[in-house]
Amino acid sequence: MPSRPLIRAGFLTLALAWLALLAIGPAHAADDAAARTLLAQLREADFSGKTALIEQLAALDHPRIATALKALADSRLYYQEAGNRVVIGSGDGADIAIEDAVSGAALGQISKRDLDRITTNNRLRTLIENRLASLGLASADPEQRKAAVEAFLKNPDPTESERLRARLSVETDSEIKELLAMSLALADLASPDAAVRVQGATTLGGQLRSELRGPLTKMAAEDNDSTAREAARIALARTQFRLQLLGWAETLFFGLSLGSVLILAAIGLAVTFGVMGVINMAHGELMMLGAYTTWLTQQWLPVNWSLPVAVPLAFLVAALVGIAIERGVIRFLYGRPLETLLATFGVSLILQQAVRSIFSPLNRSVASPDWMSGVIALGPLEVTLNRLIIIGFCIAVFALLWLALQRTRLGLEVRAVAQNRAMARAMGVRSARVDALTFGLGSGIAGVAGVALSQLTNVGPNLGQSYIVDSFMVVVFGGVGNLWGTMVAGLSLGIANKLLEPWSGAVLAKIVVLVFLILFIQKRPRGLFPQRGRAAEI
Amino acid sequence: MTKTMPKFLPWLLGSALTLGVSLAHAADTIKVGVLHSLSGTMAISETTLKDTVLMLIDAQNKKGGLLGKKLEAVVVDPASNWPLFAEKARELLQKDKVAAVFGCWTSVSRKSVLPVFEELNGILFYPVQYEGEESSKNVFYTGAAPNQQAIPAVDYLMNDLEVKRWVLAGTDYVYPRTTNKILEAYLKAKGVKAEDIMINYTPFGHSDWQSIVAEIKKFGAAGKKTAVVSTINGDANVPFYKELGNQGVSAQDIPVVAFSVGEEELSGIDTKPLVGHLAAWNYFMSIKDKSNDAFIKDWHAFIKNDKRVTNDPMEAHYIGFNMWVKAVEKAKTTDPDKVIDAMIGIEAPNLTGGVAKMLPNHHLTKPVYIGEIQADGQFDVVWQTKGLVEGDAWSDYLPGSKDIIADWTDPKIKCGNYNTVTKTCSSQNYK
Repeated sequence: MPSRPLIRAGFLTLALAWLALLAIGPAHAADDAAARTLLAQLREADFSGKTALIEQLAALDHPRIATALKALADSRLYYQEAGNRVVIGSGDGADIAIEDAVSGAALGQISKRDLDRITTNNRLRTLIENRLASLGLASADPEQRKAAVEAFLKNPDPTESERLRARLSVETDSEIKELLAMSLALADLASPDAAVRVQGATTLGGQLRSELRGPLTKMAAEDNDSTAREAARIALARTQFRLQLLGWAETLFFGLSLGSVLILAAIGLAVTFGVMGVINMAHGELMMLGAYTTWLTQQWLPVNWSLPVAVPLAFLVAALVGIAIERGVIRFLYGRPLETLLATFGVSLILQQAVRSIFSPLNRSVASPDWMSGVIALGPLEVTLNRLIIIGFCIAVFALLWLALQRTRLGLEVRAVAQNRAMARAMGVRSARVDALTFGLGSGIAGVAGVALSQLTNVGPNLGQSYIVDSFMVVVFGGVGNLWGTMVAGLSLGIANKLLEPWSGAVLAKIVVLVFLILFIQKRPRGLFPQRGRAAEI
Repeated sequence: MTKTMPKFLPWLLGSALTLGVSLAHAADTIKVGVLHSLSGTMAISETTLKDTVLMLIDAQNKKGGLLGKKLEAVVVDPASNWPLFAEKARELLQKDKVAAVFGCWTSVSRKSVLPVFEELNGILFYPVQYEGEESSKNVFYTGAAPNQQAIPAVDYLMNDLEVKRWVLAGTDYVYPRTTNKILEAYLKAKGVKAEDIMINYTPFGHSDWQSIVAEIKKFGAAGKKTAVVSTINGDANVPFYKELGNQGVSAQDIPVVAFSVGEEELSGIDTKPLVGHLAAWNYFMSIKDKSNDAFIKDWHAFIKNDKRVTNDPMEAHYIGFNMWVKAVEKAKTTDPDKVIDAMIGIEAPNLTGGVAKMLPNHHLTKPVYIGEIQADGQFDVVWQTKGLVEGDAWSDYLPGSKDIIADWTDPKIKCGNYNTVTKTCSSQNYK
């Protein structure tokens, strides 16, 4: 016997459906029934059966179909045994809110286990995207029209070209007009008439969009008509030079981006190792703590807000741990670099295993906020947003640190102690306190770097290990004790790596850079920008 | 000092417990060795397998044990340290005198313990998909051979998705290199031209994928459907998929089929940008079957956390353990030689509704599934092989190994690397 709430829910749907019937009239009742039958068939159909059903659904002129198809593409369309109906789910938990796929009536919360998800695959997703796009072609919203044409550019479908042509004659937005013309030319490439193909290729020549390059390359290689092949080749050649330039700009951006990550990882070390002369092998683990702090903030805050909060928190956490390390271990070992190295290595292992025991050895998933995902166009160059933001973040951190060292009282004391400890003490600087704060500053910056790294790589107990060698490399190459050196070294290593990579492969590129560094250090043991004056002699 | 702490603590505890128990019932237990890393880099994958074996032993004891005796687990921690694997294996076989060992994950750890098992005549159950090209008398390979994972996945891409251009991307070590060698030969045999294959290797834990993804994008813009076959290992996958998502490469444009990404790996990733990418395995947690439902329920009860996932290597241990139990019952002893002989032909149910059979080459029959990643970190099966696929120890697509077979039953052969042309077993020590 069905339970009371179920009966109530059933009654409610019935009432709603009846109301809808009254409102829309009998014409839509037939549509509703047809939509229901087709949706219900989706459950049992195999993938080719589903393809046919989606075509039929898209042809149905029903206001809810777009929503239902979108839900199918997002894997949110379910079959509910209890109500013998197809529903749309929303939410992430074990219990999700459902609504009727056809009427849109809310049906309350239900356990996922009682629902049977209607499966989909990539081919169906593409199909749905295309059908939804052509539904959106007549939309009043220019963004939707643009998205519709973009979808067509991605998966050209010659049967749709009539609709595009019709749209072009009434379209007013110039950007969309241009896209439409491009799409039509793209559709022309598949025409059986060679002259139309040549015309299409000529129109497309000089366009930089990557979607166009594939069909043109194919035409240049495989077309059975020699004039068409030639036209495609000319069209491709017109973009060749600009593509080459674009390729170089892209490599440069990749290099800058890798360099900014290297700088972020190394800059904290530039303070502890460069200014204080402490070899801190636990530096990587401080970054790891920063990354875990990010994960923790995401447990409490929505993803889009978590990163701005995580930055100061990570700084605090890592700085406090850093100060604890300095007060607990390192201060007893000043002037004994080997012992410091061993002790901090031990600390790094303790921190790793502690994280393993507290958070489990599995990686934690840190989500990227929306404002950090996707690409942005800088002129013709498309760059990934997260990398661009990290470059900006790196510059900001660098500037703040530089200001802190040059313009604050603490910075002055830090520099004084680094230059001549005895004299600084004689002038009344409390060197022990300055040591602790300097180490805290360096560690805090490592924590902040961890926030950035959490957006790029795994957040797990081994995060720090993979960056510690690179960090030391950058600091040593740049010249110990010189922040600008760290900056220049990080950027040049990043760019060198990226220039080498396409030519030699990632494995060899790393080795070549290391060999170069070893040779460089042989020649100039103090790095790119050696410290001069008395500090260098100590 | 800190390094040895995690290594020794569980071991000390374990052996203290063992000592206590074995004094109490000196003769009436059968010991089972568990050789999985519980610390170090591989702990992320192997800890789960240790728990799986403990759960299986626990369940068997509740059913009354084996041959009238209780089973007793001896857990050691090789700490992701390959030479230590060999030491710990020796300790299990010589000191603890275990009847069988369940363990290892990476190929290099298996290669490290292999001579020990052959010298001391132990039994090892190896639960992970691997590159093949091996068959030892003392090892039972319960994971997939390349023809049970890589080849069917490529077939799916070629026939169902009509892929014409191939990127073989892998981490730079033995499994990807061998698998890619096999795949390259296979693709060329199917008529794929050399310029339509791009092979790329990256170091362990590679995290900056910008230029490689850009290169893949460029490679895929040649007007032919392109797919990536990924043997990228472990942690490097996360930044790889993130970069794909960020550069706007969706599964609809260029699908990635992975051989080392399962439910457990996905549980540490934000899977939304990954939806639609593929993985090939012999088991998925999402497959609806009574035995699978029961297994998942038992696992959640045992681990006391109903958020934990199950994965393919866990199923491999499930099959291997049940096969070993049956073989011991059939042989009525735990004597290695008799159990090894009894193992061949043993059948045990898998978790997807079929039956796995131990073949004379010490590999299993398995179904092959292709799954698409879902937003909740599970897989939807989009394709599966018609029947069961027999594991092939020596690939038919490599020039050096296509004439070689392994057969441990035929009295004329009785070795792991019999050359059918020269009619001899080679001088390698796999015998």
